[in-house]
Amino acid sequence: MESLKSIAEMLPGETAVISGFRDDVLSVKLLEMGLLPGTVVRFNFTAPFGDPICITVSGYDLSLRIAEASTITILN
Amino acid sequence: MAAQKTLRIALAGKPNAGKSSLFNLLTGLNQKIGNFPGITVDKRTGNCQLDADVMAQIMDLPGIYSLYPRTLDEKIVTDILSDKSGINYPDCVVLVADATNLKNCMLLLTQLIDLQIPTVLALNMMDLAARSGQSIDVQTLSAALDLPVVMINARTGQGVPELKNLLTTSIKPSSKTIYKVGEEIEPLVKDIQQKFNLGTRYQAYQFLQQTDNLSFLTSADKTYITTQAKAANFFQHKYQGAETVMRYSFIQDLLNKVTLKSSDPEWKKFSYRIDKVLTHKVWGYLIFFSVLFLIFQSIFAWAQIPMDFIDSTFARLSNVLDNYFPDGPFFDLITQGIIPGIGGIVIFIPQIAILFACIAILEESGYMARVVFLMDKIMRKFGLNGKSVVPLISGMACAIPAIMATRTIENWKDRLITIFVTPFMSCSARLPVFTILVALIIPDVKLFGFFNYQGLVLMGLYLLGFFAALISAFVLKLIIKTKERSYLIMEMPTYRKPKWSNVAYTIIEKTKSFVFEAGKVILAISVVLWVLASYGPGDAMSKAEEEVKFEAGQTELSAEEFEARVASYKLEHSYAGIVGKALEPAIEPLGYDWKIGIALVTSFAAREVFVSTIATIYSLGGTEDEQTIKGRLRSEINPKTGGPRYTPAVGLSLLVFYTFAMQCMSTLAVVKRETKGWKWPLIQLAYMTALAYVSAFVIYQTLS
Repeated sequence: MESLKSIAEMLPGETAVISGFRDDVLSVKLLEMGLLPGTVVRFNFTAPFGDPICITVSGYDLSLRIAEASTITILN
Repeated sequence: MAAQKTLRIALAGKPNAGKSSLFNLLTGLNQKIGNFPGITVDKRTGNCQLDADVMAQIMDLPGIYSLYPRTLDEKIVTDILSDKSGINYPDCVVLVADATNLKNCMLLLTQLIDLQIPTVLALNMMDLAARSGQSIDVQTLSAALDLPVVMINARTGQGVPELKNLLTTSIKPSSKTIYKVGEEIEPLVKDIQQKFNLGTRYQAYQFLQQTDNLSFLTSADKTYITTQAKAANFFQHKYQGAETVMRYSFIQDLLNKVTLKSSDPEWKKFSYRIDKVLTHKVWGYLIFFSVLFLIFQSIFAWAQIPMDFIDSTFARLSNVLDNYFPDGPFFDLITQGIIPGIGGIVIFIPQIAILFACIAILEESGYMARVVFLMDKIMRKFGLNGKSVVPLISGMACAIPAIMATRTIENWKDRLITIFVTPFMSCSARLPVFTILVALIIPDVKLFGFFNYQGLVLMGLYLLGFFAALISAFVLKLIIKTKERSYLIMEMPTYRKPKWSNVAYTIIEKTKSFVFEAGKVILAISVVLWVLASYGPGDAMSKAEEEVKFEAGQTELSAEEFEARVASYKLEHSYAGIVGKALEPAIEPLGYDWKIGIALVTSFAAREVFVSTIATIYSLGGTEDEQTIKGRLRSEINPKTGGPRYTPAVGLSLLVFYTFAMQCMSTLAVVKRETKGWKWPLIQLAYMTALAYVSAFVIYQTLS
């Protein structure tokens, strides 16, 4: 499982499909924001110091910290 | 009149969906801000006449994505919606949805349906949705959810009359059930439903999910629920995650059915292009600092004119009434205690209004989310949050509106730290104190013929306050423990033109809540301080004139000089004077005498009072002339050393003291209001005073 990439490792402009979560508590909140397994996510850009990041998911833009993004695993 | 029916209607929906715009449209100026009992959330309510017979009390709930709260403030929503017998339980909920992003507005809607709360779906921003090329089959949507759907435009008011009409008809709860609890926990849920006599399965399920968040449950109830849940192996997070996934799959199916044409991602291109510049490594910060500078400038420059006007108006009012009223303690209280006290509240209104206008514009346009995005990483190192930036900067104008601006911070710990450290930012009230003292002890010479020493020291004091704020925040980050986890999962709204009426409502709302909430305390404390400074024990006060005459002996005093000496004598023998003298042993190690002690006491009302008190003590009469005060201070002799009282050591010690000390009752009043209790303002007062005392002590002892 450790070999799975997370959103935190994506590059600006890349798209991927969410595969799951590494943090149970956080996953509940992320799910509510429309970050569902099987959903397409696009990495838009990062803030100047690389954190937080801005992604597009479920039709809108969302910013989250690298700490949160690294709990979301992806397939691409 | 008596036949009128009053409906309770709650507005719910995610942040930025246009809830506040709709609230403002429905209620107009007819709104009031109250408190939900026991918590730090404002309760915004307002009345709206739906038609001739039906009146509605509209309640604006905090913006939420789902019934599961992300922040302390959001807990109130679940609390209200789960308690059918509670006083805030609505007859009907209007769910305001952003039509351009329907998917994540629907989650809450499906939960409301399962709670069987009568709900109307208001699709807002239909114009934007249309522009994005999206098209929705509203009829099918309404039929599939079994609830009324109206299209509105909360910016223009389109669709609002239809919504009002609809609300007068009795709305029934939807007959649908979206989420069915899993078989393995069904007996448990049924048991809770029976025990608490609940109408729906989902309500019972919410009791299990959010036991601790429901304030209306007794501790015996809570124990019962937790015990049952444990026995049945109920894991909150596991079920909550599964519930959300299930709801979204329902929503996705539904949206597939009702979306005639989906939006073209191209429509956001403009927003992305702006983001490229506004979140850029260089331009982003440059633009942000320019915006800050502009806000700063407007608070200082534009607010000054109305502030001076208010200042002189209240002074004149005091004078006029003083001449008009007969003498006597009651009238003195009015003209010298209460009127200047009210003036002390009103004088902050221009700064508060301008600051909140700026903040509202930034919020409305969507830029605020980008500021948070830019600053989050830097601020986090100090236990703060991207959202702490605006309050800290505003604190350089005045801590009062700044602390009110911390409301945007969701995480309670981050918000508390921000509130706690904001008063360290050097506010405009410190400026008069700084100017006098800096001019007194720092020679007016230039370094390298270019930098003015006095200017450098002044800048140093501002930086000192700023670093004290950062370091204190860092320390608090280590001390305050919280179960609440800090995270940033924030929607980045599309850029929009601000709606000016919303900006106006924000100004009115913030100003009103400042005047009425903080104002009460400010007024009370100023009256107390006035009494302390005007009355004294025994007959010292009434003998003041005789004593001054006696002291003067043969010397001829002009009428003005005589009055000034009497005022000085009175202050010395007042309760404040006594306190000043009592303080002397404590403040002597800092290099101060009882005269400075009196100024410390009176300037607790507000820092700038230091200057006028010093003027009264040294019998200077008016405070108009800075040169006079400076000259008088320079010639003041310290009887113990025989040298000047205001040595550089004393001056620096005072400067540092005023940089760190709380010395502002208005701030304390606001902190009390924002933290809902005296605990934090008192800790803050103790901490800041201790820091000020110790630093001033170290400075004085090393320099003298």
